[in-house]
Amino acid sequence: MAAVNEIPALGVPAEPQAPQGVRGLRASQRRRLNAFRYVAFTIFGLFFLLPLFAMIRFSLEGSKPGTWSVAAWKQIASYQGPPPLLPAIEITLELAVITSLVMLVLVVPTMIWVKLRVQWFSRVLEFLCLLPLTIPAIVLVVGLAPIYNRIERYNVSALMLFWAYVILALPYAYRALTAGLTAMDATTLSEAARSLGARWFTVMFRVIAPNMWQAILNALMLTVALVLGEFTIAYPLTYVNLQVELFSISRNTVNAGVLFSASAATLLVAFALLLILSYVGRRLRRGRP
Amino acid sequence: MSSTATRTQSDPARIAVEVQLRGLSRRYGSVVALDNLDLTVQAGELIALLGPSGCGKTTTLRLLAGLEDADTGRITVGGRDITRLPASKRDMGMVFQAYSLFPHMTVRQNVAFGLRLRRISSAHRDRRALEMLQLVGLETQADRYPHQISGGQQQRVALARALAIQPQVLLLDEPLSALDAKVRAQLRDQIRRIQLEVGITTLFVTHDQEEALAIADRVGVMQDGRIEQLAPPTEIYSRPSTAFVAEFVGLSNRLAGTVSAGTVTVRGRNLPLVDLSTPEGPATAIVRPEAVTLSSDSSGESGPLVGTVIAITFLGATSRVTVDLGDTTILAQLPTSDASDLRAGSRVSLTIRPDPVLVSADAPVASE
Amino acid sequence: MTAAATTETGARPPRAGRRSAPTWVGTVPFLAYTGVFLLLPTGIVIWNAFRRPTGGFTFSNISALNTSAVRTLFVGSLELCVISALIGAVLGAILAYAVASGRQDGVVRRLYLAGSGVLAQFGGVTLAFAFLATIGPTSGILFHASWFYDFPWGIALIYIYFQIPLMVLVFLPAIDGLKVQWREAAENLGGSTWHYWRYIGGPLLTPAFLGATLLLFANALSAYATIVAWEDQIAYVVPQQIGVALISEVGLVNFNQADALAFGMIVMVVIVMSGYFLLQRRAARWQR
Repeated sequence: MAAVNEIPALGVPAEPQAPQGVRGLRASQRRRLNAFRYVAFTIFGLFFLLPLFAMIRFSLEGSKPGTWSVAAWKQIASYQGPPPLLPAIEITLELAVITSLVMLVLVVPTMIWVKLRVQWFSRVLEFLCLLPLTIPAIVLVVGLAPIYNRIERYNVSALMLFWAYVILALPYAYRALTAGLTAMDATTLSEAARSLGARWFTVMFRVIAPNMWQAILNALMLTVALVLGEFTIAYPLTYVNLQVELFSISRNTVNAGVLFSASAATLLVAFALLLILSYVGRRLRRGRP
Repeated sequence: MSSTATRTQSDPARIAVEVQLRGLSRRYGSVVALDNLDLTVQAGELIALLGPSGCGKTTTLRLLAGLEDADTGRITVGGRDITRLPASKRDMGMVFQAYSLFPHMTVRQNVAFGLRLRRISSAHRDRRALEMLQLVGLETQADRYPHQISGGQQQRVALARALAIQPQVLLLDEPLSALDAKVRAQLRDQIRRIQLEVGITTLFVTHDQEEALAIADRVGVMQDGRIEQLAPPTEIYSRPSTAFVAEFVGLSNRLAGTVSAGTVTVRGRNLPLVDLSTPEGPATAIVRPEAVTLSSDSSGESGPLVGTVIAITFLGATSRVTVDLGDTTILAQLPTSDASDLRAGSRVSLTIRPDPVLVSADAPVASE
Repeated sequence: MTAAATTETGARPPRAGRRSAPTWVGTVPFLAYTGVFLLLPTGIVIWNAFRRPTGGFTFSNISALNTSAVRTLFVGSLELCVISALIGAVLGAILAYAVASGRQDGVVRRLYLAGSGVLAQFGGVTLAFAFLATIGPTSGILFHASWFYDFPWGIALIYIYFQIPLMVLVFLPAIDGLKVQWREAAENLGGSTWHYWRYIGGPLLTPAFLGATLLLFANALSAYATIVAWEDQIAYVVPQQIGVALISEVGLVNFNQADALAFGMIVMVVIVMSGYFLLQRRAARWQR
């Protein structure tokens, strides 16, 4: 049965018995790795937090150095400038809403439809959605200028920027939505729904879309964050949005407190949005059986 | 064939070694993975560690390989204490369950990798790699990449890679679990053949009892970090020393009975005991299905071993018949030809072959 | 999955007397939208790059770029991009490794990933202000950096601030893709940590690392708002000059120079992004 070799055991204990209870080398390797990690996180953490901290600190500066004041934060709504800030904030918020809605209405149904019924188009869809990553905004705006000149004839406001903003948001929205679509087995779900008698409209909006609501939420938040920070399209086309206005203020009044409070506010909003999203996503993952 | 592979003859520096594990313990937080484990693998032997998930078999293997540290205990290979030795110096070959091969290297480069680390010249490396590939029958795939060959072929390459460095010990961590059933059986036999040919001391971890019984010199059945029984396969099967072993390996019937005078009385039959020191009194006898025989009952009388067929499961050469005895069900396994005239609802009478049975003090549960 | 294969049981019977539209009709809104606002502007740029202001095809817009002023712009762009991409890639890779080697579910990992998501977007005007507040030559609260307005190092530092998070986002999956079995197999075969990285980890990560670096390069190349907020009087890089060409304060908008420069940028970014996609495919091949 077994090919046991008739070799006498090499009973030469070359090394003394290891002391009991001593943890070996892997633990020390792990400790070294953890030390590196903590050092790395501390250094990088400082690097990333310092500018944010400085910005907030600046925004809380009183009229005399060393004093504190929330005046800069109150000014977000009341700053008269020149130029005044509030109108720009309003326009930007409206732009965020419009862009998000258009993006939702345009992209989500298209992606679901393509995935379910027109699969050969998905390569084209992916290419078009990721193309804005390759065509920088500063290049796009050169080509948009003539188009916007035409639109100008109808004398509309900066809200017209949303046409371009949807394009800018495409890559981020596409990636978020694709993740959601592929995570659920859209094809199987739709086939199941269809076999129960559902029409395509029902499948798309009552079966598929509800199942990817985290991805949709994700895409929305990325879009909002993008619109809040957008400058490159608005400025050369001489429209006024939040970032353009902040820029103008900075050229008029260097180191105006409101610059820093408004910037800090924008950033905090974006960070809060993303944290909410990751928290909601985690809650749902846990809740799933 | 590859005479260098039977290194016990040609390469005196690499003779089969004995592996000793003494008092090994390992815990992860509050979970005890290994509980004071003792194991000796004799030179050239293949021991299969068998058990359910979490029993500690993989932990044992990884401790031996040096991929984890033991909390307490000692590991000796060929008389040398290697407990404190890092994994890279332990001179063992390991085959993982999956993702073994380096994806960016060809099959040949994978197999030669260990030799490259040992600074063996490239000509010798290639020759040895080719020998190893011939040993596993894959020399024609030498220049392919892992993603171009099948799962079974990948594991054979992994085996070649592990053996190429002429290790003292071969470790296999459920190498067949990720493969198709048919490939699994073929590869299992091939691994055993190669192991015998090379004569290397081997530890094989699996949760598949058929695998363990088929290839091992001895099988160690593990549960909760301890070895319940370590014995040759036939003994594990026919003389299980604990109820866990009896139930984990093979199917079993648990029948209520009474122990007295060196036998256990089950449903009117007296069966000899495996363990004569079993205390007298009520107990549960563990009876293998193949020890139960059936015959069609046309007499109509009832008795403790008369019942109705509930189900027949056709398994090819054998069939399993579930019989309802009124107060319990019993499973019988017989050649299909003997079961051909049985149907659900047939009345049958049973006999139990007087093999020695194991008795446990647990209450009987309805058998499968 | 064509419209023909819809013979499910229980499905509604087709409406009598009405042919349903082909399924690709559903893609028309999207195509129309991207056609007008993405493809058309791109086409306009490329087209106008080769048009005379008075009409007619010409190479003169492009050749007009061959002045030392414009060449300096391109060199400036390259300098800034190379510096911020290389430093951002190396530092980002280190941070990505630190994040990847921790617990998959840990707080730290989630925090850094969420942070990277935000910070990679945090560019532009607000970032320049933040750095002004930190190390501005007259106002910084950390210290006053006299080199803050020097090109390229002052602005490169600001670029690195959003390059590192982008690197983490793009490169982390590659590190996660290194299977623990490869590390253990290498160790088991006699390799040390150095051996593992030299023969296994390094070669496997290299395509992903190079690809990510290219992505960072393209990212820096395209950046506009940050550098304009940092310095809006002197144009050091191509995007700034494009902006100038578009918003000339004299009132004359020099479209053709803008188009020519923009065309040059398209060419550069397309080359870089092609390299990125090719390397991504190469890296993905081994992730199977």
